[in-house]
Amino acid sequence: MNAAIEVKGVTKRFGGTLALDDVSFSVQQGDVLALLGPNGAGKTTLIRVLTTLLKPDSGRARVAGLDVQKDARAIRSLIGLAGQYATVDELLTGRENLELIGLLYHLDKAVYRDRAQDALERMSLTGAGDNQVKTYSGGMRRRLDLAASLIGRPPVLFLDEPTTGLDPRTRNDLWQFIQDLVAEGTTVLLTTQYMEEAEHLAQAIVVLDAGRVAAQGTADELKDQLGGNVLEIQVTKRADLDKAASLIASLSSAPPRLEAALNRITLPVQGGPRVLIAAGRALDDAGVELEDLGIRRPSLDDVFLAITGHPATPGEDAGQPPHSPKANQ
Amino acid sequence: MTDVAVRPPTAPAVPLTLRLAVRDIWGITRRNLLRIIRTPQLLFMSIVQPTIILLLFRYVLGGAIRVPGLNYVNYVVPGIFLEAVLIGGMTTALALAQDLQAGIVDRFRSLPMARSAFLAGRTLADVCRSVLALAFIIGLGAGVGFRFHSNTGACLAGVALIVAFGYAFSWVYAAIGLAVKDPQTAQMAALLPMFILFFASSALVPVSTMPGWLQPFAQNQPATVTINAVRALFEGGPVFHDLWQAALWCTGIFVVFLAISLNLYHKATA
Repeated sequence: MNAAIEVKGVTKRFGGTLALDDVSFSVQQGDVLALLGPNGAGKTTLIRVLTTLLKPDSGRARVAGLDVQKDARAIRSLIGLAGQYATVDELLTGRENLELIGLLYHLDKAVYRDRAQDALERMSLTGAGDNQVKTYSGGMRRRLDLAASLIGRPPVLFLDEPTTGLDPRTRNDLWQFIQDLVAEGTTVLLTTQYMEEAEHLAQAIVVLDAGRVAAQGTADELKDQLGGNVLEIQVTKRADLDKAASLIASLSSAPPRLEAALNRITLPVQGGPRVLIAAGRALDDAGVELEDLGIRRPSLDDVFLAITGHPATPGEDAGQPPHSPKANQ
Repeated sequence: MTDVAVRPPTAPAVPLTLRLAVRDIWGITRRNLLRIIRTPQLLFMSIVQPTIILLLFRYVLGGAIRVPGLNYVNYVVPGIFLEAVLIGGMTTALALAQDLQAGIVDRFRSLPMARSAFLAGRTLADVCRSVLALAFIIGLGAGVGFRFHSNTGACLAGVALIVAFGYAFSWVYAAIGLAVKDPQTAQMAALLPMFILFFASSALVPVSTMPGWLQPFAQNQPATVTINAVRALFEGGPVFHDLWQAALWCTGIFVVFLAISLNLYHKATA
């Protein structure tokens, strides 16, 4: 009974599309749960339901032990929300933004002033705290947005794609910051399109695909679902790619996956070194020149592909340059 | 690992009191006032339009218009005062649509604040801007020959009535902004009621000069009765008939569009 978030059979329909289809899972207090899925999988819709912004058509959801529909106002005092689109006011300074949110959390003035100052320091925004947000870089906005969601010191935090579009350094800083929060006891539900992020931060992963829960468990459990290992081959000449794929196809019941741009073939296999040797021998006998040959544990990418039938690799918006303040308007 | 360890030090779920709601409204009003101050070009735009209309009717068209019993400059300027607050209210529609589109509304809606404070803070900030624009236009009116002829109390009451009309109307614009949700469309949609109410009224010419089919509307619509009341207050003379009608219109518009706007805001999922 220590679930900070409980979702049971939540369904939401927009016109003809089923955005959420009988979604159920729970998050233990002090855990991080990653909602993993491509664009349009229903991640943001679910966040909106859990943060009381959207009523589900059916099903029940509880946050911090309270019902999202019946106790909406009480829940709002206990949650923080940071969005994919940094929702801070462009024309206000960083500090003004934080103090406004603090006021609207119904904190005393002395308290929200202190916390705003604290948050600016913690997010390395002290120097820019009294500048208007329109002068901030994308990473600074994201940090301010996260700081704003923390002003109320919420025990449950919702982060909608917190690192999408950030450069690796800023992303690592944010990861560290989220881990610090969790160490202090905060429960976090985050959405992400990145396997690496889910694996790095989350104790539990829920894979959403087209509004349905396609799989859930820890990263290791999900990998065990796939079973076995992954054989990975990189050929020297692209012309050999199809030939190599057909040579190793007999080693597994699953079809090989070709990545032409990398001259790479991956194949889920049951065996270990024996499979590797068999593959090496077959390819060598046929005169296929190899750049690399190896066997490894499956990655979450492999799992996602096996579960949903399509790769999780995000679309164009993941390639967004990190400093594009205009993207958030 | 127990509940106690993860609970925040502040007591959660403070019940919403009137005092907190007023504080929320103040917070949002302050935010919007800061936005207004930091975009002076928008403030400037909101006085350009009434300035043009004022100069046009004072110096270009006004010479051809005869109003029985009143100098035309004193006839038309109170109408322009009303136009200044009507046009100022349009930015309410625009700003709300912008906030909906930018997603900041989601953040506000996820906070324990009084939900109505988002709209109340918007309209209050906008009425402050309208008062600034009105002050400018009053100064300009005096510069082109407009004079107050009754006592100070009546003149202040007239100005207050204009501000009250502007505030009531900002809720119409709020409803428009929330209904269309798109800034460009909001601006266009907000123009329509402004044009109809301002031009088909007694603001620029007496209603008796309009075609017969238009007169019943023009004679009784809110802008006309308000302008008539304001003129009576500025010039001295019988005022009660127009004044209670204007007060009734303002109250009615405020109550109805407040309800519509709140309802739209609760349903808004932009």
